[in-house]
Amino acid sequence: MIKVTNLSKNYGTLKAVKNINFEINDGEIVGFVGPNGAGKTTTLRMITGYLVPTSGEVMVNDMDITKHAIEIQKQIGYLPEFNPLYPEMKVYDFLTFIANIRDIKGKQFREALNRVIEQCGLKGVVHRQISNCSKGYQQRIGLAATMIHNPSILIFDEPVSGLDPNQIVEIRELIKELGKEKLVLISSHILQEIQATVDRIIIIHKGEIVADGTSEELISNFIGNIHLTMEVRKATQETLDQLTMAVPKVNLLKTEEKNGSHLIQLEYNRDIDPREALFQYAVSSGWIILKMTPHTTNLEDVFRSLTVSGDAYA
Amino acid sequence: MPNVKTIFLKEIRAYFNSPMAYIFLVIFAIINGYFFTNTFFLINQSDLRSLFSIVPIVYLFFIPAIAMGLIARERNLGTIEVISTLPLKNSEYVIGKFLAALSLILLGLVATLVHFITLVNVGAHIDFGAVFTGYFGLALVGAFYASIGTFASSVTENQVVAFIIGVFIVLVFFLMDKLLLFVPVSLSGIVQYISVDYHFSNISRGVIDSRNLIYFASVIGFFLFLTIQNIEIRKWR
Repeated sequence: MIKVTNLSKNYGTLKAVKNINFEINDGEIVGFVGPNGAGKTTTLRMITGYLVPTSGEVMVNDMDITKHAIEIQKQIGYLPEFNPLYPEMKVYDFLTFIANIRDIKGKQFREALNRVIEQCGLKGVVHRQISNCSKGYQQRIGLAATMIHNPSILIFDEPVSGLDPNQIVEIRELIKELGKEKLVLISSHILQEIQATVDRIIIIHKGEIVADGTSEELISNFIGNIHLTMEVRKATQETLDQLTMAVPKVNLLKTEEKNGSHLIQLEYNRDIDPREALFQYAVSSGWIILKMTPHTTNLEDVFRSLTVSGDAYA
Repeated sequence: MPNVKTIFLKEIRAYFNSPMAYIFLVIFAIINGYFFTNTFFLINQSDLRSLFSIVPIVYLFFIPAIAMGLIARERNLGTIEVISTLPLKNSEYVIGKFLAALSLILLGLVATLVHFITLVNVGAHIDFGAVFTGYFGLALVGAFYASIGTFASSVTENQVVAFIIGVFIVLVFFLMDKLLLFVPVSLSGIVQYISVDYHFSNISRGVIDSRNLIYFASVIGFFLFLTIQNIEIRKWR
């Protein structure tokens, strides 16, 4: 379990993380999402004991990170951003090194090694030098090192950045598999990358948490207008102009004539559904409807509207 | 302490998996060999005194070079973040690194034993005690400079900068008693006590005094302590 209370971190005058609170329970896979510079990495570094908070508290399995760092670090597997590795080491030597520091030796080590080789698909590269492995394999080597002690908590900072789509799918599958029994916290600045993997999403922006919940919760909490595009034929300018009067509570955003048909873009509040009225009006005006597509809000829209910085509009 | 061993072995392996260790050992042996044998047969004395005066000078540049990558490279690669989030104490990490650098230096000293063998074969009336204390002194000076190099490496993530800082600090301690003339008399005792050469020359003359041992233990301890604090302090930035 990870519990973060009123956590803040300042770098000089810059407030990287401002008074954030959240709690993650065992067995949850949580995505920590935010644009670059939102404070994701700083938060993860405070949870793993790499940085000391300016104020606030991090409790991991009911222990305070500032007092019991070593005990907590024994229970966490942490993959830092950019997956730092020793390029000159052999994969086997690197994993042995990490395992030794984690006090895994002898028979126990051989079992652990076989397990992570299996889980991370490292067969065939174990005796290669890390610098000679592809980026995808290097990522798996980093993951293997975080899992060698079979920790109850896994924290991955941008685990899929820079990988190709196939590799992203593989890592996702792996994370899903791990999340069945462990607490997994993954950060990313790209929502789609992790949306499919996680149970819950925490969105952080400018050091503050702006949303926390399942993707369904986030969408339903987000009140926005629905956009609808209609493509009709045989519409006259007159009937188009009268549309908003005939169907109330609908905004006409734009009409556009193209190849003898009209593209009409409308906007309405998500509480009403004017599609039936629109159909009736089209029939009574003699339009032929070719297309009627509502664009429902998706998580990406939620993310963008929550994390667009205010000064972009200034 | 098992963690110290793990870090130590990893560093030793890193030295010998790269050209670093071989270059150091070969060039260290050649330079010392050249300056020693050059005058050895001219002076016509059965001692290693000229070796014991040349090695500390070679140390000035070689030891900061050996130590420059110890921590700076980890900061540059970002692996320091992996290390710092493992259940590992900073002290274990720093001591393991320091001991690895020290071992390489001692290995360099072992290579100079060839001159001792020469001496045994061609010389007469050899003062074995002086040879032993001379080597002992060289090992202590090597350990002291290695602790400075380790500290310099923790200051920056740039290895070249770490090297320059290391050479500078080492030079300060090395030159101190050469500048005694310019120091007010009231301070000269302190300056002399701080300088390396004063303690090294005492030991290499065959006098192993506890004052000299305490000096080396405390300066090595001091720089290792600074290194550990320097790593710790990064968390609070």
